[in-house]
Parts: sequence; C-alpha cells; structure tokens
Amino acid sequence: MTAALEVTVTRHIGEFDLDVAFAVESGISVLFGPSGAGKSLTLALIAGLARPDTGTIAINGDVVTDCAHRLHVSTQERRIGMVFQDGLLLPHRSVLDNVALAVRQASGRRARRAIARSWLERVGAEGFADRRPGSLSGGQRQRVALARALAGDPSLVLLDEPLSALDSPVRRELRALIREVIISSGVPALLVTHDAEEAEELGDVVISFADGRVTGQRIVERPVRPEPPQGPPGSTESA
Amino acid sequence: MTALIPHSWLNWLGIPPWIWNPLSISLHAALEATVVVAIVGIALGYLLAKGHFPGRGVIETVCSLPMALPPTVVGYFLLTRMGGPGPIRDAEVHLFGHPLTFTFTGIVVAQIIESFPYCMRFSRTAISVVDPRFEQAARAMGLSRWRIALLVTLPLARRGIVAGVVMAFGRALGDFGATMIVSGSVPMATTMPIALYNAVFYGSHEQAMVLALVQLGVAFVILLGVSRLGKVRPW
Repeated sequence: MTAALEVTVTRHIGEFDLDVAFAVESGISVLFGPSGAGKSLTLALIAGLARPDTGTIAINGDVVTDCAHRLHVSTQERRIGMVFQDGLLLPHRSVLDNVALAVRQASGRRARRAIARSWLERVGAEGFADRRPGSLSGGQRQRVALARALAGDPSLVLLDEPLSALDSPVRRELRALIREVIISSGVPALLVTHDAEEAEELGDVVISFADGRVTGQRIVERPVRPEPPQGPPGSTESA
Repeated sequence: MTALIPHSWLNWLGIPPWIWNPLSISLHAALEATVVVAIVGIALGYLLAKGHFPGRGVIETVCSLPMALPPTVVGYFLLTRMGGPGPIRDAEVHLFGHPLTFTFTGIVVAQIIESFPYCMRFSRTAISVVDPRFEQAARAMGLSRWRIALLVTLPLARRGIVAGVVMAFGRALGDFGATMIVSGSVPMATTMPIALYNAVFYGSHEQAMVLALVQLGVAFVILLGVSRLGKVRPW
C-alpha cells in the first residue's frame, strides 16, 4: 500500500540541522515535540514553501521533491490544504470567498461557492459566511481555516499548531471538530503540536521530534475505530 | 482641452476662460499622466518588491532620479531629447506627425516623468511590507502567481498604492519647471502653474491671486476626496 506521505529530508539553517525520515498512512499523524525541534520547518518543506538541502518527499506516491534530480513541484501543484497557527484568512475577503478561492475541483463561481458553503456548514461556520475574518473570534477563524484547507479536495492536509493561539475551552471543542471532520473526509492529515494532550487526542500516530531528529513513532490506542470516509461535501454540487 | 465641460455651462457658472482653460488643461494632463503612471508604476513597484533579478537597484535609482533632480533639469533633458534632432524626435514625428515639444502631449510626458517615482516607490514599499505568510497561504490554496498578485498582494498593499497614485497626481498637477520648459507656455499647453506665473510676470496680481486660490482649492478637494476614497475600512 502506498503511504500517504513519505519524507526523507535534511536542511541546514545556521546552527540548526534538520535530518528526518518518516512515513504516514491515512488518518491524522502528529509531529510532536518542543519548540525549535524542526516540526514547522518539516511542514514547510512538505508544503513546498521551503526547499530541503537533500532528500525526497512523496505525497500519495507522487514525488514532489527530489533534490538529487532537482525536482521541486510548486506548492500550488501539490494539492495540499493547510491550516496555519493564526488562520491567515485573507482579511479583505469574506469568509465564503476565503473558502471558495481554495476550491480547485469546480470552475464556475456558483459551483465553487456551493462547495465552500457546504464545507462551512460542515465545520459549523455557515452562520458567518458573509462576514470578514476580522470580525470573527480565534476559534471561528480556525473553523473557517479548516474548511478552506479541505475545500480544495486536497491529497493531504497540513495543520501547523492550529489550536495554540486559542483558549482552553475553545481548544477542546475544536480538537473534537478537527478530528471528526478530517477523519470523515478521508483525507490524510499531518498536524504539528507541542501539546502532549493535543497529540494524544487528535493523532492516530504520534511522531516525536527533538533537535531536528525523529526520536520515536507510536500508534495511539483508541477504543473506537474511526468512521469510514464520507468523501468531501459538495462533490455532487460540482458534478 | 476645454471640452471637459461645455462652454455654455462655464458661462452659466460664470467661470471666465482665463481660469477654466488652464485649469482644464492641468486636470486633463494630470489625469492622463496619472493613468499611465499608475499602470506602469504599480507594475514596476511589484516587480521591484517581488522580483529577484540583477539590476533592480539600478532600475529603481534611474526611475527615481526625477525626485532628486530640479524639475527644470528634467524639462531641459526632455526639451533637448524630444525637440532636438535624434531618434526620439524621429519616433515622435513617426508616431504623432510632429515633435511633442510645445504640445499638450509633451506636457503629459513631462508630468509622467516627474510623477512616476512617487507612484513606483510608494507601491514598491507597500507591496514589500505585505506579510508574506498571506501569500504562502494563497499558494497552499492553489492560487497561481497572477491570482496571488491580484487577489492577495495588491489588495493588501492598497493603502500605500493609493497614497502613491495620489502623490503622483498631485505632483503632476503641480508641476511647473519641467512643464514650462517643454510647453514653452503656448496657449494650448498652458497649465495652471504656468498661467499663474504669466499673471505674475505681466503684473496681473488679481488674476494671479484667483489662480493661486483656485489651485489651492482644487488640490484640497482632490486630496481630501481621494484620501477618503483610499481610507480602507477595518478588516
């Protein structure tokens, strides 16, 4: 079976050396470790926002980075969805526009907006589709960011400390939502966190990072197996 | 040039031709110059802010020279290059049928060169301080470079860009030195600053005061209006 993501990379930045190799399957995999361990840099390399010095990265078997052959597929062509720590929603566009702009699988504006609306419903954000991101709370923004990351029918979702800027009650609420939405979508996800509780609660697999190295990888035992994938919403609208 | 507003309206409004003609020429030339400057200046500002190519510093310096030079020097170079024998004059004759010195188009060219650096530099600065993480997020959304520029970078930089365009318009509207030398103060190419100079030169101090006050009012109204337009509502 092809791994959802295979990473073998090195990157040298000043005093810091990143040298990691790991593979992840479906579900949510967590890169866990202290700040400065190289987790977010690894995510940036996978997204194509930075380039490794050596190594390869393959998403669903497709090689997107191969330093030996000078191959670097652009971020746009990697079909990834990304959730950033502070959402990074475009402040001058409505919530609906933010999500609709990320929809790749439909060409018409109406179809894109229909898919965007269905994703906003799925994350419980349909009520503020016409608002600007600046008027939303941090938790609401991250709901929209999650919808935006999944709306483009990605092969892989990357979440870079998506809950670290939020209050505890909101974090707990969003943890459940993130897990439910990602597992039900069937899209493999890689999440970065330095919060052990978050790693346990969200991850199917936890990959531990320290000083730019992978120090361990373990499967999280769960009493209930995740539900089978439902597929992305809006797939019928776009047809 | 006076066709911007019908003469009958001007008569009805009681605006004499010695005010309206230079005012119309000034506004018309500054508008045309600003359109050109906005398109080219924003595009070059974007390239300088985002591009990584050799000679960026040289291009920026050359395009900024009119900011540091006295306008009369710019006017002199334009007069000798556009009006004197050589390939530039030949090209003008080929394109327009006559040299551009002492014409309305010559004024527009002078104002473009005088005002271009303001738009280009304001745009470059505004674009270069846009948080690059928004552009990274847009890349992850699958947006192409063009769409990122048009949908993300330029809207986020619009405060500075609007300020640059307004500054360029103000500079074009108020230019005297370069315009005077290129236009030679012929009637069809007499702008408000030149009309004011002529009024002072010929001792018509009342006319000079009126022309000065009109320019003050026009500048105030335009800058106030555009600054209100440019005010961006909070995100």
